[in-house]
Amino acid sequence: MTLWDGVVDAFRLLGRGDPYLLDVVRRTVLVSGAATVLALVGGVPLGYLLARTRWPGRALILAAVHTGMGLPPVIVGLVFYLLLARSGPLGRLELLYTPQAMVAAQVAIAAPLVVSFAAAAFQSLPDELGDLLHVLGAGRMRRLWLLAREARLGLLAAVMAGFGAIVSEVGAALTVGGNLDGSTRVLTTAIVLEASRGEYARAIAFGTVLLLLVLGTNLILTAAQQRGR
Amino acid sequence: MRLRTPAPLVAVLALALLSACGSGGSSRTIIVATTTSIQDSGLLDVLLPAFETQTGIRAKAIAVGSGAAIAMAARGDADAVFVHDPKAEAQAVAAGDLVDGVLVMTNDFLIVGPPDDPAQVRAARDAADAFRRIAVAGVPFVSRGDNSGTHAKELTLWTAVGVDPSTLSGRLESGQGMGATLTIASERRAYTLTDRATYTVLRATLALEPLFQGDAELVNPYHAYVVNPERHRGVRADLARAFVRFLVSPEAQRAIAAFGLERYGEPLFVPADPRAREEPGR
Repeated sequence: MTLWDGVVDAFRLLGRGDPYLLDVVRRTVLVSGAATVLALVGGVPLGYLLARTRWPGRALILAAVHTGMGLPPVIVGLVFYLLLARSGPLGRLELLYTPQAMVAAQVAIAAPLVVSFAAAAFQSLPDELGDLLHVLGAGRMRRLWLLAREARLGLLAAVMAGFGAIVSEVGAALTVGGNLDGSTRVLTTAIVLEASRGEYARAIAFGTVLLLLVLGTNLILTAAQQRGR
Repeated sequence: MRLRTPAPLVAVLALALLSACGSGGSSRTIIVATTTSIQDSGLLDVLLPAFETQTGIRAKAIAVGSGAAIAMAARGDADAVFVHDPKAEAQAVAAGDLVDGVLVMTNDFLIVGPPDDPAQVRAARDAADAFRRIAVAGVPFVSRGDNSGTHAKELTLWTAVGVDPSTLSGRLESGQGMGATLTIASERRAYTLTDRATYTVLRATLALEPLFQGDAELVNPYHAYVVNPERHRGVRADLARAFVRFLVSPEAQRAIAAFGLERYGEPLFVPADPRAREEPGR
């Protein structure tokens, strides 16, 4: 049966170190890994500001961020396509159909998830903690860092949500990356291609590898999260 | 205990990951807008590496429908196109978006459907008659609906028999590529119009048979063009011209003739050069 063949195939390809598969897996990890890190760099501080400071428009931005979590990746991909295409405003950069363009689109998809999870994580800390650190003379960046350590359970959930969302999305990766062999083909776009070629067992094999990749990442992150609990 | 903020470390990590993703566009790179049938059949996997080896130019082939490919050219977002919609091509040439066109290869469209053929398409006199039978019998027909070359041919045939396809009782619209559309037709016991290459590649997974073929009306020509650099700044016309020339070179033509012979027992495309047809190689 095709379904079972595909799952068996996944382990056979992994076992013998199939170069095509390893190349696609490596690129998937690099692109979605870079996008997750970038989303964290911007998203955690923003989550912190949204959770622990009070200013006008804060609720509006928080609502916008929550709405962003439901943004279809294919729309994000289309927006980046129109921005990066030669006829678009950023066409001179020649970034369309490059891994960098995929990273940019995936940052936009992951960021709302990261901000939202980060804000929730910071909000769950006692209010007095920030004041205490302030009294102890910690600067703004130090306070953010120390509070982030306290909120690490929630922040690691933010990492898992963000990475899980972009590593498994196909709409933006296909539109902005173009599914180019050896340059922008990642696991999800490879699955679409194999399926459209009727190579269902291979498509299932790649899907199995994708699941194993997400499972492995989450095992590591969950271990880190639960350590010292 | 001194805890430093890890911001610099994180930034370095992000940059390292970004650069590890590989280089972006180099000046020896072109964008070729092409169709799903050329990608799904696997022909691009043969032609593009050969082109890069021969010329050192990287062609980024973006597989969309012919309509979308020509639209990319019309916005100047591609350097070359490799498509199969003669009518839309002629319009783009007249509008000045496409230049230097060449015929690269042909294959043909097939009308496929369930083996028991409830609409009796097998007995059709010509392609138009086959479509008329589908309309009269009211059987399910899956339309591509995606402005692709195949969709354009479908609409031409419906016009030829004087049927407004939106009024068909059994019409389904997939809005997807040929591969997905064939799968839907197979599962829904429906008829559809397909190019021979995609059907041949997927045949083993489908409960569909070719019920009508061979009409001159069903010839499916694939042309390649350079996007007009005088109209669209930034088009790498020299490299695009090299790509178009490569497609009609003896080497590429022989590769097209040989493509699929071994795996499917029949060629999927017929090269434009008659000499390549006689001695397909490599």
